[in-house]
Amino acid sequence: MTGQPMVKAEGVHKSYGAAHILRGIDLEVRSGEVFCLVGPSGSGKSTFLRCINHLERIDGGRLSVDGRLVGYRQQGERLYELKDSEVAAQRRDIGMVFQRFNLFPHMTALANVMEAPVQVKGETKAVARERAQRLLDRVGLSDRMHNYPSQLSGGQQQRVAIARALAMEPKLMLFDEPTSALDPELVGDVLDVMRDLAESGMTMIVVTHEMGFAREVGDSLVFMDGGVVVESGHPRDVLGNPQHDRTKAFLSKVL
Amino acid sequence: MTDKISKDPAGGPAGSGPSATPPGGPAKLPAAVPYQAIKAVPVRHYGRWISGVVVVALLGWLVYAFSQGNIIWDTVWDKLFDASIIDGLANTVLISIASMALGLVLGIVFAVMRLSKNPVTGAVAWLYIWFFRGTPVYVQLLVWFNLALIFEYINLGPIYKNETVDVMQPFMVALLGLGLNEGAYMAEIVRAGIQSVDEGQTEAAHALGMSQTKTMRRIVLPQAMRVIVPPTGNEFINMLKTSSLVSAVQYTEVLRASSNIGSTAGAVMEMLFVASIWYLALTSVFSVGQYYLERRFARGSSRSLPPTPWQRVRTNLATFKRSPEATA
Repeated sequence: MTGQPMVKAEGVHKSYGAAHILRGIDLEVRSGEVFCLVGPSGSGKSTFLRCINHLERIDGGRLSVDGRLVGYRQQGERLYELKDSEVAAQRRDIGMVFQRFNLFPHMTALANVMEAPVQVKGETKAVARERAQRLLDRVGLSDRMHNYPSQLSGGQQQRVAIARALAMEPKLMLFDEPTSALDPELVGDVLDVMRDLAESGMTMIVVTHEMGFAREVGDSLVFMDGGVVVESGHPRDVLGNPQHDRTKAFLSKVL
Repeated sequence: MTDKISKDPAGGPAGSGPSATPPGGPAKLPAAVPYQAIKAVPVRHYGRWISGVVVVALLGWLVYAFSQGNIIWDTVWDKLFDASIIDGLANTVLISIASMALGLVLGIVFAVMRLSKNPVTGAVAWLYIWFFRGTPVYVQLLVWFNLALIFEYINLGPIYKNETVDVMQPFMVALLGLGLNEGAYMAEIVRAGIQSVDEGQTEAAHALGMSQTKTMRRIVLPQAMRVIVPPTGNEFINMLKTSSLVSAVQYTEVLRASSNIGSTAGAVMEMLFVASIWYLALTSVFSVGQYYLERRFARGSSRSLPPTPWQRVRTNLATFKRSPEATA
């Protein structure tokens, strides 16, 4: 746990028109840790997550991943916007898992996982297929490789989506409410995969409502509301002994 | 504990009660209760029978009127496979496919341009669609036909130079006229298709580090095809018939070939029937092709594809055969 932080946010602001979603976020995510973002809907936690891989551009502050600014290049005092191709290059090292899976419906599970390594990194199909098979096996779907997403359950789709993100061998994984769209019965399988990934040492930022998972697997936890960080610390402390009234009120409803 | 279904795979003495699970078996769910299939008198649709009879009677009257009219039907059958008609037919198919291919390529290019963030390409695409959709295709054909009045030479510097009249042969005029016009319509169809693809798909592709171009080609367009193909099939069938207009620019397609014979042999109506028969044949064949193309691009969008008509017939026959056993 030494060296520079994997993600560093300093006074990050973001607005959609008149709606001021992020009002100055400061936080640090260390390399190798599981960092949980919790809070009520509309608190800006998903928006912040999407800023990290520049799906949304920030309006103020500084946001860097692995020591490099996200979406900008700094020369002296001046910031230069990155070109589309440079933004794409930055995103290669950051995997993202969406609430609605967003698998490519016209491709089989295997093809979904092979797509980015072949198209982005220019790997040969044989190499990409070998890794895709290994990853699908790791998430417990070796018997579902040739199924299309519509033929898979939500939990299976989400595990394919995790394998797809891992295929790019990212150094940071972003999870945007990965279990919120799943039947309660299927949540466990996805959390198992994430737990396994955490144990392998992956740096993970997880927006979640699964407090049990946050308490058990998380290394740090941030409670957000109204676009600011209300409280942060070790999950055990924040969840077990919240200091702020807003945190107490929220946790009393979800725990 | 008595009414709960045991989670133990060994399945101990699970509940008693009327819908008891099979004793000692591995099944943990209650067995389905056998039921009596409903036998009821179906609703009688008298209206359908009456309207059916009326339609058949009207059709019969129409066929009779045509057969008694001043038309020599033997001429129709004689000329149907005339060499010049077959040549014209081949030309109709050729110009339709070529123009449609040009239209499709232009449509994709201009749809992407129209949706791009670049204001210049957006404006160019808008202008193209505005002009080629806003003027009649007949007028456009005549403008291409008479292009030499404006540009005497086609001069691409050191690469190519020729007199416009030599380049603008009937096929070229027809291709440019129909293809550029079709491109404007296809651009709007493709744009609707692209916009129908969920934004999450683009986000997922971008999050994987795919470029704008790769995302469009690999992720968005293949999914847009499902929305694009049905209206494109419609456009193509329209194209088969619209291609009859190019007879005005000296291109000998099936209608021109027919009326050539018709005016010399004094059989105008007969030859129009010949042309109509061929148009119907062409549109029928390509409608079937369209059906299978739509199935191809529906891949992955639903759990199972709808059956083809042939599969449906076979299933119906199978149920027909099986039904006596099922009711027994």
